[in-house]
Amino acid sequence: MIELDARRLMCPMPVIKTQNMIKTMAIGETLRVSCTDPGVMQDIPAWCRINGHLLLNTEEIEGEFILTIEVAAE
Amino acid sequence: MATQKKAVALISGGLDSLLAAKVMLEQGVHVEGINFYTGFCVEGHTHAIRKKDKAKPKRNNALWSAEMLGIKLHIIDIIEEYKQVLLNPKHGYGANMNPCLDCKIFMVGKAKEWALENGFDFIITGEVIGQRPMSQRKDTMPVISAESGADDLLLRPLCAKNLPETLPEREGWVNRDELHDFSGRTRKPQMALAEKFGFVDYAQPAGGCCFLTDKAYSVKLTDLWASRGKRDYEIDDIMLLKVGRHIRPKPNFKLIVAREEGENNFLQGYKKQFITLRTMSHKGPLTLLDGSVNDGDFELAARIVARFSQGRDAELVDVEVTENGVSKNISVKPFAADEIQEAWRV
Ligand code: SF4
Repeated sequence: MIELDARRLMCPMPVIKTQNMIKTMAIGETLRVSCTDPGVMQDIPAWCRINGHLLLNTEEIEGEFILTIEVAAE
Repeated sequence: MATQKKAVALISGGLDSLLAAKVMLEQGVHVEGINFYTGFCVEGHTHAIRKKDKAKPKRNNALWSAEMLGIKLHIIDIIEEYKQVLLNPKHGYGANMNPCLDCKIFMVGKAKEWALENGFDFIITGEVIGQRPMSQRKDTMPVISAESGADDLLLRPLCAKNLPETLPEREGWVNRDELHDFSGRTRKPQMALAEKFGFVDYAQPAGGCCFLTDKAYSVKLTDLWASRGKRDYEIDDIMLLKVGRHIRPKPNFKLIVAREEGENNFLQGYKKQFITLRTMSHKGPLTLLDGSVNDGDFELAARIVARFSQGRDAELVDVEVTENGVSKNISVKPFAADEIQEAWRV
């Protein structure tokens, strides 16, 4: 599992960071992104749907939003 | 069968770029979207810092457009490179600090580079002749094509019939007869086309999709440059201009006063980078102090902050000033309403 810290970034920066990180990852790998902008709960799932990646989980822990994504084929 | 041609579409999140991409999809072209983030883009979330705006939808309109179209979207961070566009626009600014023509040239140029790197054949935009006073005029359309280097690889499906033929049309990759001839400021043809395609609930942001077209924002940006004696900015600067009341009581510093809880929370994230002021004896907003100050300035700053606290009518308000993690308390008499001069408000 790869960790990505996108805390304190405002949308769409967490989406951009996620996108750029996933570009470097292999199919089947998972990415865990931590964010503080609540907008990610809308944008990262939308980005995953558009690009065909699998959103495995979303959670909110003490004001942080954590999303887990499995990389699918481009 | 001929191989399917590929177009990269500039997707802003507005209706025009949505329609332009759809027109291409209807012609069987493979379309992927590209969206540039300059740092000045108005999207749901920066609006949603303020708690009162939280009820409004917070979607990112470019992502929403791509989802409606069923296409991929590539979001590109151009914050750094965009500085040159904003700071030195060859074609100048529009009504506010918006360098629209240079911006368009830059974005189309970037899209062209992207198209070449990714094996795409041409570029499309949602531009319409006469729609915008600065960048979307009959005489500026060819300037964008030429100066971006895209030349006749740049197709504007919504107004192509009013423009010279481009390569995708000449080569028969797209059918010119099925492109459009929209022009002028009217939105009627776009709305009719949206209805035809079944698009509802598309974004029609009143103030456009860019803070640089906003008067109040442009004034704050100009003030920032004037006070620093140089035209430059970092991403944090431009984010902070979107938040709070900005009050400059002296040329050497300004205060950024949170207006409500959402902004308070947002400003908390900047506590390490700035001198902060907080009222201790009464409830009040978090305030950042931006600039360089001498000891006498703290009292002035604290009196302003006290004015925006619940102790505004009190004899004395205790204000905590924190700099580099070291705090001190000062007691001040809050300013009366008319002592906060209009000219201080940025
Ligand atoms: S409004 Fe003008 S400056 Fe802002 S993104 Fe659009 S073209 Fe660029």
